[in-house]
Amino acid sequence: MPTYEPILLKNMLQPGYTGSLADYERTGGYQALRKVLGKVNPADVTATVMKSGLRGRGGAGFPTGVKWGFLPKDYQGPRYLCCNADESEPGTFKDRQLIERDPHQLIEGILIACYAIGAASSYIYIRGEFVLGAKILEQAIGEARAAGYVGKNILSSGTTIDVWVHRGAGAYICGEETALLESLEGKRGLPRVKPPFPATHGLYNKPTVVNNVETLANLPHIMMRGAEWFASIGSPPKSTGTRVFCVSGHVTRPGNYEVPMGITFRELIYEHAGGMRGQKKLKAFIPGGASAPFLTPDHLDVKLDFESVAQAGSMLGSGGVTVMEEGTDMVWAALRLMEFFYHESCGKCSPCREGSSWLVQTMRRIINRRGRMADLETLIDLCNHIAGRTVCAFGDAEVSPILSTLKHWRHEYVTYIHAAEAANLIRPEPVGTKQ
Amino acid sequence: MLIDTHKAEIENILSRYPVKRSALLPLLYLAQREEGYITESAMQEIAGILKLTPPQVYETATFYTMLNLKPVGKFHIQVCKSLMCALVGSDTLIGWIGKKLGIKPGETTPDKLFTLSAVECLAACGTGPMMQINDDYYERLTEDKVDRILADLRQTGSCALKTGPFMWPEPAGTQSQG
Repeated sequence: MPTYEPILLKNMLQPGYTGSLADYERTGGYQALRKVLGKVNPADVTATVMKSGLRGRGGAGFPTGVKWGFLPKDYQGPRYLCCNADESEPGTFKDRQLIERDPHQLIEGILIACYAIGAASSYIYIRGEFVLGAKILEQAIGEARAAGYVGKNILSSGTTIDVWVHRGAGAYICGEETALLESLEGKRGLPRVKPPFPATHGLYNKPTVVNNVETLANLPHIMMRGAEWFASIGSPPKSTGTRVFCVSGHVTRPGNYEVPMGITFRELIYEHAGGMRGQKKLKAFIPGGASAPFLTPDHLDVKLDFESVAQAGSMLGSGGVTVMEEGTDMVWAALRLMEFFYHESCGKCSPCREGSSWLVQTMRRIINRRGRMADLETLIDLCNHIAGRTVCAFGDAEVSPILSTLKHWRHEYVTYIHAAEAANLIRPEPVGTKQ
Repeated sequence: MLIDTHKAEIENILSRYPVKRSALLPLLYLAQREEGYITESAMQEIAGILKLTPPQVYETATFYTMLNLKPVGKFHIQVCKSLMCALVGSDTLIGWIGKKLGIKPGETTPDKLFTLSAVECLAACGTGPMMQINDDYYERLTEDKVDRILADLRQTGSCALKTGPFMWPEPAGTQSQG
């Protein structure tokens, strides 16, 4: 099995590493901040991040440096950085490890980002369920504050940066950047219409950057070792660096694996994650969390980078790879994910709010052997009326399990409907459909 | 009144935000910590502290699943039922816990000790099936493990099987799931 140099997980893999400030400093922690603060022009920090090719690790994959560059140059008022630690995408559990095992790496990344964009306050919006993670972060921020890394006049550079932990309270949508900002303002987490983008009208209508935990955790390494070093890892020019992929489902060793982007799914699943549980055959996998369309064994040699996965008809998303073995009922799997989206739809846009309920009802009818062939067309029709017709990307995400399972495993839906026909269980056609 | 008993904590929370309303979720958590759920009078009081109308507090409180607007049991068992956990047996587990406690998801035991909920993804997909009880995660669950957790909570109010900081690959000497 090929081994790769870990970057983000490197510290925590050392025996006895506790994630304390002393441990972090012993491994070279906060050296990047010392190197940058007051010595490098903030614009040059942004340029370095741009040159590194770092793209957002939360799901959308937007180039981080470009995002920072959107902030107005001449704005004199406050700016904010929000760290998106609302890790709620089913299949993803990388941020949790980065937060709980090496909190200072994240805090250093936040401080570097704040310095680059000129923010004096930053909020870590962590999902409410991560009580332990929030405690660990609070403690780490306290340590960093006492050591002079956080607060007023950091390292005597004249720079002031404050970091606060803000707990969410259980809403998947708050991982969407504008919903996160609404929630942080004490409102219901409903996404905002874009434009205007957070870069100009973010938290309290001030210029704001929202970056994912893993994105920020990469920054100290990029500043220490240079943009060229980072850009040489992975699958340049579009997908640079490593990614922490979360493997779950029917594999022997589910867990987090940090590998350079551009290795194949086959290598990740069969070598790093130990292959299929009980030597069964692989039937399907999801490459990027619940929002990503399902892929089949034919896609095992697709590379784990943004473009290759998009070409295969899915998306790399948040890096949550879920593997399903032969015998898994794909209609059931799609329904299970659909129930998640139905539960988590925030209710702002009618197509998603109503459509997710209709999709779940139709899917339940099929799985309860009460389906009709016409239901399959209804499902596709519904999906086409949801995707692209909502304020945020949730609408596009929620149709992916159904559309992709219908595309690759339509026969399983048909089997359910045939069973209903054979048992004569079909409901009568609704009134008004007969010509 | 929260302001009487937690004045310092409330002031500390308010000091973090330039706009008062941002303190709403932390204050609702504070109210929930006091009573186990958020009472109407607490919402009224929080509205007063943040200079909001009570409906503004209520509309936010109703949006989030972790905020309880009615009493729950002393131990709120939330079992993940999302696909990744369901692939490794969460449905069986929910059935097992329900049978042990004699309740269905959404119900509370008559002694008000346990409330069972089936919830969506809690970001522990690699260590499923899993559940969260109050603030703590319990992962890689089996029927035996669940029995022990329930017995411990019943007897002592805490259980040593809760998970610490998540680590993968696991440190040497811990039991890996084959």
